[in-house]
Amino acid sequence: MAHIHKFKLFAFLAGFLLSFGISYAGMINPNKILAFLDVTGNWDPTLLVVLGGAVGVTLITFRFVMRLPKPLLHHQFVLPTLTKADRPLIIGQVVFGMGWGLIGYCPGPVFSSIALGYAEPVIVMLSMVAGAFMYKWVNARK
Amino acid sequence: MESFTPVTGLIGGIIIGLAATLLLWFNGRIAGISGIFNGLVTARRKGDTLWRFLFILGMVAGGVVHQNFIEHSYQPLNAPIWLLVLGGMLVGFGTSMGSGCASGHGVCGLGRLSVRSLTAVLIFLSVGILTTYVMRHLLGVL
Repeated sequence: MAHIHKFKLFAFLAGFLLSFGISYAGMINPNKILAFLDVTGNWDPTLLVVLGGAVGVTLITFRFVMRLPKPLLHHQFVLPTLTKADRPLIIGQVVFGMGWGLIGYCPGPVFSSIALGYAEPVIVMLSMVAGAFMYKWVNARK
Repeated sequence: MESFTPVTGLIGGIIIGLAATLLLWFNGRIAGISGIFNGLVTARRKGDTLWRFLFILGMVAGGVVHQNFIEHSYQPLNAPIWLLVLGGMLVGFGTSMGSGCASGHGVCGLGRLSVRSLTAVLIFLSVGILTTYVMRHLLGVL
């Protein structure tokens, strides 16, 4: 029972820390994301440093964590099962890249900025939900 | 390059990597924000929603705490609503179809040395750069 409560507590803590990191890194600001993507303009390469720092950590820590028989608060690791870059991955990432390049918001920064008192991230979040349901609908008709 | 902020970028990136480590080590889950959120809206499964909700709640709180108590760096794009809606829908559709965004494929997938995730990252980065170029330099939007 205590395990179940700790599981939820750590979900909250991980979300908090992740978002704090996004905000600390400046990645909460969509203008900074667009300044990264705008390589021929007044380029801001910060995003590469952020990704490098994050992946630098996970490359090391994930090696150790994945050697454990199971995580501390669950009976097994729940990992993605697909390993190959299939058509849905490629097409989906092209579509995501187009949206990201248009507005500079991706799901992380949307939630980090959603309760700061601005309408913009709320509009983006609701549109994200609409897009996710559209994919679910298209996929179900196949 | 006057807006380049490598120090806070690196520290923020390390915090993001530690948050992803926390979620994998304790809860056995990949810190993919679009996937965690989709499990709340388009792919709900009984008994698998509360931790997702708490993770997102933690994200909302993390942004609020950092922006209010440490540094207010968020600035809205002040983009027209049609652009926010279009961009948000593409992001929601694309991350659903392509099973992940910058956190899941970028931070976690690269940490797991997944070729599928590396492909995803290279696609959304290059399409994002191309889209921003077309928007800013050919169409003159934003």
